[in-house]
This record gives sequence, structure tokens and C-alpha cells, in this order.
Amino acid sequence: MDINLTALVAAIAVMSAPVVLAALGETITEKAGVVNLSLDGTILLAAMVSFVVAFETRSPVLGALAGAGTGAIVAAIVAAIGVQLGQSQVAVGFALTFLCRDLAYFLGSGHSRVEGPQFEPLPVPLLSELPLLGKAFFSHSILVYLSFIAIPLCAYLMYRTRWGLIIRSVGENPEAAWARGINPIMVRMAATIGGGAMVGLAGATYSLSVKPGWGHPQGCEGIGWIALALVIFGSWNPTRVVVGAYLFGLLQLMGIYFQDAFTTIPPQIFQVAPFPLMIFTLVIIHFSHGKKGVLARWVRMFSGKPPKAMGRPYRRN
Amino acid sequence: MLEIIEITKHFGPVQALKGVTLTARPGSIHGIVGENGAGKSTLMKIVTGYQSRTDGTIRLDGQDMAMASPREAAESGIGMLYQEPLDFPQLSVLDNFIAGADAFEPDVQKAVLASLQVGFGFHLDPRQKMQELTVGERQQLELLRLIRNGARILILDEPTTGISTRQKSQLFSALKKLREDGATILLVSHKIDEIEQLCDEVTVLRAGLTVAWQQQPFDRRKLLSAMFDTVPQQNDTAPKVATSVPGKSVLVFDEVHSSVGRSGMKGITITIGAGEIVGLAGVDGSGQSVFLKAAYGLLAPEQGNVTTLGRIPGPEYGSTKNEKVFLPSDRLSEALFPGLSIREHHLLAGETPQFLARNSGISQTQQAIATASIRGSVNTQVEDLSGGNQQRLLLSLIPPQTQLILMENPTRGLDVQSAAWTWRYLRERLHPEGAIVFASPELEEILSQATRVLAFYNGKILLDKKTSETSQEEISLAITGQLNRP
Repeated sequence: MDINLTALVAAIAVMSAPVVLAALGETITEKAGVVNLSLDGTILLAAMVSFVVAFETRSPVLGALAGAGTGAIVAAIVAAIGVQLGQSQVAVGFALTFLCRDLAYFLGSGHSRVEGPQFEPLPVPLLSELPLLGKAFFSHSILVYLSFIAIPLCAYLMYRTRWGLIIRSVGENPEAAWARGINPIMVRMAATIGGGAMVGLAGATYSLSVKPGWGHPQGCEGIGWIALALVIFGSWNPTRVVVGAYLFGLLQLMGIYFQDAFTTIPPQIFQVAPFPLMIFTLVIIHFSHGKKGVLARWVRMFSGKPPKAMGRPYRRN
Repeated sequence: MLEIIEITKHFGPVQALKGVTLTARPGSIHGIVGENGAGKSTLMKIVTGYQSRTDGTIRLDGQDMAMASPREAAESGIGMLYQEPLDFPQLSVLDNFIAGADAFEPDVQKAVLASLQVGFGFHLDPRQKMQELTVGERQQLELLRLIRNGARILILDEPTTGISTRQKSQLFSALKKLREDGATILLVSHKIDEIEQLCDEVTVLRAGLTVAWQQQPFDRRKLLSAMFDTVPQQNDTAPKVATSVPGKSVLVFDEVHSSVGRSGMKGITITIGAGEIVGLAGVDGSGQSVFLKAAYGLLAPEQGNVTTLGRIPGPEYGSTKNEKVFLPSDRLSEALFPGLSIREHHLLAGETPQFLARNSGISQTQQAIATASIRGSVNTQVEDLSGGNQQRLLLSLIPPQTQLILMENPTRGLDVQSAAWTWRYLRERLHPEGAIVFASPELEEILSQATRVLAFYNGKILLDKKTSETSQEEISLAITGQLNRP
């Protein structure tokens, strides 16, 4: 079982890497008060662009950069319409989700099911030799490491820097931020585009590392919606969002790993488990209100309030 | 020296400012008065760059300033306390203090905040969330933040609205201290008493124009006639309709306890009879709001019984509908529906037909607009009405058969004329078997309008007297907890 556990942790780390990146990117965006609903399409389009660029240039690094760029460009459209012009963020995000998805399948059809480059595992010297932990955490590709590093970086940015405070204040009350000499429009544009680049990177992580290659379906479909839900269930706190992402990864893999242990339970049960579990969580949160005790307090931790000005466009008068 | 010269501002076709000129000098407090809608707030927001101006010059120490953004204003040493606190409710006090600063140094800023607090006698916990603070405390933090930023010109827009008497005196002494230190202070207010108490000079705005300027000592009559075309009756103490012996009981509280709000309710026992107009005095969050909500049935007490019009209060249906109303203090977000018109509000309040015709409710709405003299038309959306007209609309929606009228801060943000109108209207509407219960931070309003006062302190009633038998001093002592329970 030892070996099995290490392998399971390693698999969770890989499986969850893109989800972590996308959910963290969206957290930054939403903290500034913008909802980028285009995640699912963006991830797919970025996955396609990353693979095609990596295939044509023979460089996975260029591919990953192209993926991040794709995410940034799509986010820039959301920002232009939803922030600069102050139109509905939900409408533009929805439209882009489907546009990006169809665009990805159409433009990527030429590179469907072809052998291409990918990021090879890059064991960290010494650390990867550690018993148990080495294989679980230090024998991955660079994009997976990036998903690890992004977690403390994001939390640090949000709660320990001036920029983080500016982002949070704009998401909370853009009028008050403006009164303090902060330009809410610029901050929201930056947070949307920066977050979008991370979402694009999530797409690259799929097509160049986790599920290498391109095709219809690619295998990352639906992940954008999961990431959007994780931001809510992580109550807009980077660390809690990431906990949710790994929990999701665990449940996805349970089916495969515990097939032998629970032969009577079909593996699909584990794969769809996250969704009823999310609804169940809402019910638990509801009943924890006004209750005392450790458990209730722990549950309430997951019911943080959204940024107060989320989705509300800022207009100067 | 700050010179504001011929400032104009258009909002679409509406001209809010038609040419305002005034000069504010260092080491002085300059009052800016005018009735609601005179353009005071707009002018101040223009001076801080929060809003853009259509035309005019802002000159600081002889130099023309663009004032394109609050950042530019802050860099030139101008800071403003906005009428509605512009802060971040879900962030901590310390984060609110830091936000907008050039460096993120929580430990340094914590020390700065602490030392500023000592200087001004404020007591704010940097770890608390902003939303847990009272309006007065939020204002104190904002004032300290502006001073931290090095603001030499301070603009305060109606700073005494919604704050306690104690916080008001703290604010006034802080302002006097700043004046001694050479700061330029602009104080926007519609309360003449405060202006007389604090200001060295005063400018009067009316309908977007500068109409008068005075230096101490002020001529009160001239100020008032400049503010309004006609001098309104001050302290309108029209005959009170209350009978000397209250009639049958309208509202009964029996040993009521609640833990809701800052102080909850701690064993409230009271009977309010027909014909009474009861003013609830107290510092913000002393239990008055909880009392009103419990009386209306918006919250159930944890202990004790509330009986409203002979029943346990709750949602009203059928024959009991429209026997009581509750007007909360935040009209636009708690009482009205932004996006709906005056007519739609009347349709909702009345007997709404299942299918709406183009002219449904028009005649009744027009009649209400006329009787309540609302400045707006049948299809005006409520968010486009001024605060005073929103209140008029709310009052016009009170059905005539209403017996119990519960109100939070009924004249909040209203000028003297609208406030006087509100009370005249309410007294006319008082049902012979009904009562009016209202909370107000203004003791003068309670003394002049109510027949009976209940003074709240920390969830308890410390004083229960007829207004004719008490004084402002006694009520002040009660609401600050310095009066022993009779």
C-alpha cells in the first residue's frame, strides 16, 4: 500500500495541477470584482494553441507561453467589454466560452491525434530521492512544479503586498478605491488579464503534460466550470481554493485506485462524487449557521463572502 | 488658500452647478450650507477630483489645478470625508487604513494608527472588520487616514449624520485641533447650529449658485433666508395630537430579550397606547432598531412577548394587511425598489390587478404625487428621486387605515423644509386608534415631534418620560448610560 499511496499523491498532484492554476487565476480576477466566465473555453483554446505551437516549433516552452498568451487575450476581451465598456461580464464570458471551444476544435483539427512534444518529468536533484515524498512531489514536469509554486505566491500576493490590497479593495468597493487614488478600471483590467494568463497556462498544462496531445475531445472539457465552482467553494481565498482543487483530484482518482478495494462500487461513482458533494456542502453550510462548536466553525470557514462589488461594473460619473 | 471659481457641472441635461465661487483660508473652518439638492456634495466631489467638472477653475495657493482624479487631489494635500463612508466593509480596519498608501507596511502603519488614535482620543481595533464598526467609528478611521496622508485641506460632507453625540463632540474637538494646526477645513452641513458652533465663515449655495457669504458672527435669519426662498419655521412644534391619557394599547413589550445587533434587547417592558408619538433616543446600535424590528415582526424575540395591535406581529395577510408599516432608515436599499417607477410602487402597494393595463394605477399615483407634492412624474424611477422625494413617496404609500407607523430615522438626510413637511404629513395621517414610534439620532427632533421619549442604552430603556417633562440634558445623560434606571 506504501507504493500505492505515493503514486496516488503523485497522480493527484499531476491531475490537479491545471485545476489549481486555473482556479488561482480566476481567484485573482474575481478578487478584483470581475467574473471571467469564459474559463472552460479558454482552457480548451489555450490547450490547442499550446500544442500546435509546441508541435510547429518543437519547443514545449514556447507552446506554454503561447497558451498563457491565449488566456491573456481572451481575458482581455472580457476586460474590454466587461470592465472598460462596463457591459455584462456574464454575457461576454458566456459567449466567449462557446466561441473559444468551437474555435479550438475548428482551428486545431489539422493537428488532431498527432505525436507532439511534451514536458518531460524533471526530477529535482536530491529531493526526488527522498523516500515516499520524493516520488510524490519532486518527479514532475515543470508545469506541475509551477502549480505548486503558484499557491504560496498567490496567497502572498493577495494578503501580504500592496498590490494584493489594491486588488481586494477594488473588488470590495471600486468607488472607495477611486476616492483613494486607485484607478479601478486599470486594476480590474490587469487582474483579469493576469488571471487569464494563468488560465491559459492551465490549458497548456493539459496538452503538454497531463493529457499530452490534441484531439476532439481533448479531455480537459468541463474543467473550467469546475475551477469556477472551486473559487466559490474556496470562498475566494487562494489557499482554500487549492484545497478544493486537490480534493477534486482525489475524488477523480479514487475510482481508479480503489477499484480493487471496493469491487462492488462502480468507478463512475467516485468520478461524479464531487458534484453531489458540492451541493451537500451547501446544505451543511446552511445548517452550520448560528451553531457553535469546532465543526460548525470549520464548515463556516468555507462559506466566505464574495467580493462585494463582484460582477458590478464601475463607472465614473 | 483654496479658491473655487465659477464651477459648473452638467449631468446630461440637468445643470447641478451653475457657477459656484468660494475661497477657503488656512487655519479656518469654512461652512457650506444649502438645502438638499443645492449642489454641496457635487461641488465637494469636484474639488477632490472624484467627479469631473464641466467648467471652472480650482486654484491652490495661486496655482491652477486640473483635479482630474482623487490621486491628484491627495498629492496636493486635499482629502475628503464622503457623506456615505467610502470604505471596504469586509476588510480589516488596518487594511482600510493602509489601502491607497504608497507602501504596504502593516506593522509600521499599525503603529502610526495607534499614535494618531492617542492624539485624537479614538479607540479603534485594527484587527476588527470595518463592517463591525459604527458609522461614527468608520468616519474616525477615515479622518485619521487623511491626516496620515498629510492632507492640509479637509472636506467633510455632512459628517454628523448618523453618529452619536459623543462621537460628534470628539469629531468637533478633532476639527478644532486641526484648525489650530493650520489646516483648511470645509464643512458641508445643513445643520445651522453646527455651522454656528464651528465655522469661521460660511458660504450658502442654492440651486447650484453661491447666494451668500458671511463671517462670524453669523446672522441666522439672513442665512436661512438665503438657503430657502422662505424662512422655514425652526423647531416646528406644531400642536401634538396625542391625548394626555393614552388610549388602548397598540404595542406591548413584556420582558423582551434579544441578542440581535450590537447590544440586543435586555428585558424591555413597555406599553405604547393609541394617540402616542414615541421617540426612541439612543446611540447608534443601543437597541432602538431591534425594538422597531421586533415590533414589526421582522425578528422574533428570544424571550418575552411582543404584542402589536393585539397580536403577535408577523407577516400580514387578509384583513390584518396594512395595519402597520415600517420605514427603515436606508430608503433606497431597504424600502424602495430601484428600477421601478412611482406608479409601479403604488401598484405593488395597492390592490394590484392580475393584468396590468397601460393606464393601471395612473390616477391614484397622480393623486398621491399631488398630495405628497413629490417632485417627479408617474413614470419616474425611484432612484432618480432626491432623498426628500423618496421619503415623500414612501409616506404616500402608507395606507390610510394604518394604525402603527414604525420608523427609523424618518428625516435622515432631509433639509429643514422636507423634515417639517414629513412631520406635518405624519401627524395628519395618525390614526385615531394608532401610534407612531420612531428612532432618531437627533434629540431635538424627538423633543419637538414626539409626545413621549424612550431613551435606550445598551439594550435597556433608561428613561421613559413625556417629552414635556424632560430635557435634552436628561436624555443625553440617559443615552450615554449616566442615568440610573428610575
